[in-house]
Amino acid sequence: MTVSPAMSEPRAETGMPAPRRRRLNRKLAPWLFLAPGVLMFLIYVLIPIGESMWISFFQWDGLSAKTWVGLSNYLELLDDDAFYTSLKNNLIWLVLYMLAIPFGLFIALFLNQTVRGIRIYKSLFFFPFVISQVVVGLIFSWFYAPGFGLFFELTKWLDGTGIAILANPNTVTYGIIAAGLWPQIAYCMILYLTGLNAVAPDQIEAARLDGAKGIKMLWYVVLPQLRPATFIAVVVTVIGALRSFDLVSIMTDGGPFGSSRVLSYYMYEQALSEYGYRMGYGAAIAVVLFAIMMIFISGFIWKMWRDERGL
Amino acid sequence: MFPKPIQSMSPAARLTYQIALPVMLVVWLLPLLGVAVTSIRPSSDLAQGNYFGIPSYLAFSNYLDVFKNSPFASYMLNSFKVTIPTVIGAVALSCLTGFALAVYKFKGNLLIFFIFVAGNFVPFQILMVPVRELTVKMGLYDTITGLALFHVAFQTGFCTLFMRNFIKALPKELIEAARVEGVGEWQIFWHIVLPLVRPAIAALSVLIFTFIWNDYFWATVLTTGADTQPITAGLQSLNGQWVAAWQLVSAGSILAALPPVAMFFLMQKHFIAGLTLGAVK
Repeated sequence: MTVSPAMSEPRAETGMPAPRRRRLNRKLAPWLFLAPGVLMFLIYVLIPIGESMWISFFQWDGLSAKTWVGLSNYLELLDDDAFYTSLKNNLIWLVLYMLAIPFGLFIALFLNQTVRGIRIYKSLFFFPFVISQVVVGLIFSWFYAPGFGLFFELTKWLDGTGIAILANPNTVTYGIIAAGLWPQIAYCMILYLTGLNAVAPDQIEAARLDGAKGIKMLWYVVLPQLRPATFIAVVVTVIGALRSFDLVSIMTDGGPFGSSRVLSYYMYEQALSEYGYRMGYGAAIAVVLFAIMMIFISGFIWKMWRDERGL
Repeated sequence: MFPKPIQSMSPAARLTYQIALPVMLVVWLLPLLGVAVTSIRPSSDLAQGNYFGIPSYLAFSNYLDVFKNSPFASYMLNSFKVTIPTVIGAVALSCLTGFALAVYKFKGNLLIFFIFVAGNFVPFQILMVPVRELTVKMGLYDTITGLALFHVAFQTGFCTLFMRNFIKALPKELIEAARVEGVGEWQIFWHIVLPLVRPAIAALSVLIFTFIWNDYFWATVLTTGADTQPITAGLQSLNGQWVAAWQLVSAGSILAALPPVAMFFLMQKHFIAGLTLGAVK
């Protein structure tokens, strides 16, 4: 084995094992190994979460002194139409993004064959996930663009006038979500392809002998075995939906008339863009988004915790 | 195997499948193909309204034009300068944390693990204002170092999840045998565990490379100019300058997508192993 030379060397150094020193060492060791990573994570992730919550109680432009305003940022949110628009859009994102899971499963089932060249097909179907959301956003902006976009021309061919999906406050969010679904479906597809690879063939054969096929086979035999893949697909899709920022920023800047804002984008707009440096108000929006996210995160962690203890 | 292997079906079904595969693929990649064609379409075609027809000639010069009169090369270089140190930093830190959380039993082990996991899922906006303040205070605002430092810290969450689970799945006997032999903890890490986690290091490296290369939010929050901004943020500002010059926007988009795409095709096995971690029990 490759490990043997490494093991004999320190033994020669220490000679007799020193149990007391070793035990102390082993107690301290994990903390030394953890220290650099934990420190970085503390400074850049954990403490900032607390700080954001704290800042949300202040009025602050990022430069002059902070003024304590208590809950008034949150009270202002309750009266802010832009906040409700963002919240509603986040909800639409969350619901429609879930479509990535059945679509991903469908493509995975379609591609789960062993014909020649199927590996290339799988990679090419996965392609949209690898490219940056900025590029996806630009691609779809072009795709939707009135006058020359492929999508616009297609709809023009169908209805005579064409649909400028990003220019209409009623359709813009759906247009952006469609762009977001493109890479997300690819992600879910790859999760299911991996899962399908591990489905026990003997169970499938046994069910086939019992006369199961098609949808029934999928529902009662295959899907239960794909549960780990489905769990991860749900996690990454929920997080992806709530994190949506890049596409909104690239494709519409929240417009037209702020109708495609989501919480993450609205927060950025309030705290950093040319619209103002309202750090406190922005932080309050971020805290709301964080609270929504925590509901899901707690659920995931709770399930992982149960699995860990079951091991 | 599910669905039923196509080979066991009628010749008609096989033929349908063979035809459906490329058709589906073209439909799936239609937006991308459109952009790829636009990127080699001469601007004169676009001016004359030839958006979908055959380009009158292949204008590969669009790709050169992207670099001319714009800091495109600088943006690309900045992306590498942010991405590569981040990959090294995050993977190195997570080898240590993953080892600690997988090998030792101590109070708070699971708690720390789950804090890493949960932290990895938080919305970026809850970190934005304080991280920007911190970076400004350290004098690292609008620097590549400042951006990379944040990325290292944040990615450590995901990498720790990955590494810890990978190391946990290694045979325990190896480590126990080494301990009986009296091997020190650091030696166990360096000489026994590290060589075994090489596949995990490869998988994480390609994944983090892609994540960081594609990051847009932090690029806009922590950097401002062409000297420091990576390609994602750069592309957005060039998009503002190249109004209606879609052949340039398209060529720029394709170029910006190339490094992660190349990474994916070169390291496909590792990439997918990383992404689908946990998708199979």
